[in-house]
Amino acid sequence: MIDFIIERYNFWIYVILMMIGLYAMITKRNLVKKVIGMNIFQTSIILFFISLASKRGGTLPIMKQAHGLENFPVDPSAYINPVPHVLMLTAIVVMVATLGVALAILILIYRKYGTLEEDEILKRMQ
Amino acid sequence: MTDQAPILIIIIPLMFALMTPLIGWIRKNLCYPWVLLSLTLSALSSFIILRTVLLRGIISYKLGNWDPPWGIEYAIDHLNALMLVIITVISLIVAVYSKKSIQREKPDKIVHFYTIFLLQVTGFLGMVVSGDLFNIYVFLEIASLAGYALIAIGDERAPYASFRYVVIGTIGASFYLLSVGYIYSVTGSLNIADVARLLPELYNSNVILTALVFMFAGIAIKMAMFPVHAWAPNAYTHAPSAVSALVAPLMTKVAAYLMIRVSFTVFKPHYIIDVISLNSFISWIGAAGIIAGSIFAIAQNNLKKMLSYSVVAQIGYIALGIGLANSYGLTGAVLHIVNEAFTKGCVFLAAGGIVYKLGGCNIADFKNLFRKMPFTMTAFTIGAFSLIGIPPTCGFFSKLYLILGSIEADQWTFVGVLLFSSILNVVYFFRVIQTAAFEKQMSDYSREDPYEKVPMDEVPLTMLIPIQIAALGILLCGIFNSEIISSVIKYAIPPGL
Repeated sequence: MIDFIIERYNFWIYVILMMIGLYAMITKRNLVKKVIGMNIFQTSIILFFISLASKRGGTLPIMKQAHGLENFPVDPSAYINPVPHVLMLTAIVVMVATLGVALAILILIYRKYGTLEEDEILKRMQ
Repeated sequence: MTDQAPILIIIIPLMFALMTPLIGWIRKNLCYPWVLLSLTLSALSSFIILRTVLLRGIISYKLGNWDPPWGIEYAIDHLNALMLVIITVISLIVAVYSKKSIQREKPDKIVHFYTIFLLQVTGFLGMVVSGDLFNIYVFLEIASLAGYALIAIGDERAPYASFRYVVIGTIGASFYLLSVGYIYSVTGSLNIADVARLLPELYNSNVILTALVFMFAGIAIKMAMFPVHAWAPNAYTHAPSAVSALVAPLMTKVAAYLMIRVSFTVFKPHYIIDVISLNSFISWIGAAGIIAGSIFAIAQNNLKKMLSYSVVAQIGYIALGIGLANSYGLTGAVLHIVNEAFTKGCVFLAAGGIVYKLGGCNIADFKNLFRKMPFTMTAFTIGAFSLIGIPPTCGFFSKLYLILGSIEADQWTFVGVLLFSSILNVVYFFRVIQTAAFEKQMSDYSREDPYEKVPMDEVPLTMLIPIQIAALGILLCGIFNSEIISSVIKYAIPPGL
């Protein structure tokens, strides 16, 4: 059981990070803390994708020799799949854009209510 | 040129969106014709796509000529083509309407508004046209981010409503991304057709079950399905009128399309129905959403908020149809997507017209509105009839198919829910119509002749014509429903249902 956990520690970290993010989004009353929670939540997914593709002793998926030659110096089964990494590049861009939009909206809220505490804002809305 | 239509439909609004700030910098007034030109072109390509699909069957467009499992494929069948036409037509109608409305509500943000407007349409079209799971995620986020920004420029409570939408929407999109990761980890593919081919061997795997659960949770949040709908009513109420009329009919419907795609194309109906029987869960949630959304709608005094809760209720109908998972139920669900896009477009446009003239949309202020704005209110009434389900509007036929589907599935509770919900819809729409048509303002009683003509005070023509076209769309979809079903929707139903 302990081995099972330790072997896949990166997946456990992803789950823990995700829960931290969700917890922050649900319970924190400060809107900036909610945004930070949202970011942790998204980061955990990046860790998940990267963990999927990594291997111990893995190497770059680049042929060292041209096609048709007999001896490949690198074993194809040691290649690391680059697709999840590339997907995560896009996901990071999306994350940054989300963060930007969220912060811009927070600026709007701050200008209107003069605070970023959720309770205060709800009180002033009434 | 027509071969390239599947990519042109994305490229045109995207490139036009990127150039809009430049055009706005040269002259602010040019933005409006620029956006109209762009949306007309993409509407044209959507019709070309629909015609090609009807004549020659499914289109598969290889992006950059890379073969499907490795490259991105744009796969368009009858369902996609129908959704593309709906999206481009509704967004064109809203774009025509937006001129006066946005000038009144946000005169200093016209250039930004139109830029993000086009990006939003790009996101919707991309989600529908793409046949690649990760590509769909990217377009989903483009549509959502544009939506957050558009909603945030609304009235003074809009930024807070939009912030809640950002937080909840991001959770939804992240769940979807996570699910794509799980699917990729066991199949090694992102292409929908390829995944659908590889998945059946893995149906007993827990990874697939996890992926399915995350995917449905993510899409349900984006779709504003009943227990996770909390972001929707405030966001749609406080957004500018033109934005509510664009986002409320389309965002939820595109997510509903995604749900149909996931349940019946990515996963086979056999898995959803027989192996884990998720479909009965979806239809019960949908039925609960119909009742809850309608009851919340009755409790509202603000017209836009009432309509937003009505969106939640109507999403319930679509979910119910998807959950029934028989040919009548799914026909009803797809027809309801078509109907709802036009109907919600029409009533939100009419509500925007009322806001334009009255400055607010409290139902109590609507007295005498039928005499002041006869054309707008007539269109609103047609929309209300469609939501209630009175023939010959389209709402009647989609509900009819849903009821037939429930009978075929032997689910008499759902028949009861569908009929009862019509009564609830009557309650909340007739409150508006009755106030607008029959109640008089206090000043009218003091007048000598109570039937003296109230001066007509209609919205400008650029707003009135789109409202009328949307109302006409409702009637046409209703009258030609059998043609729509027999030529398009019939092929969208997966075989074996």
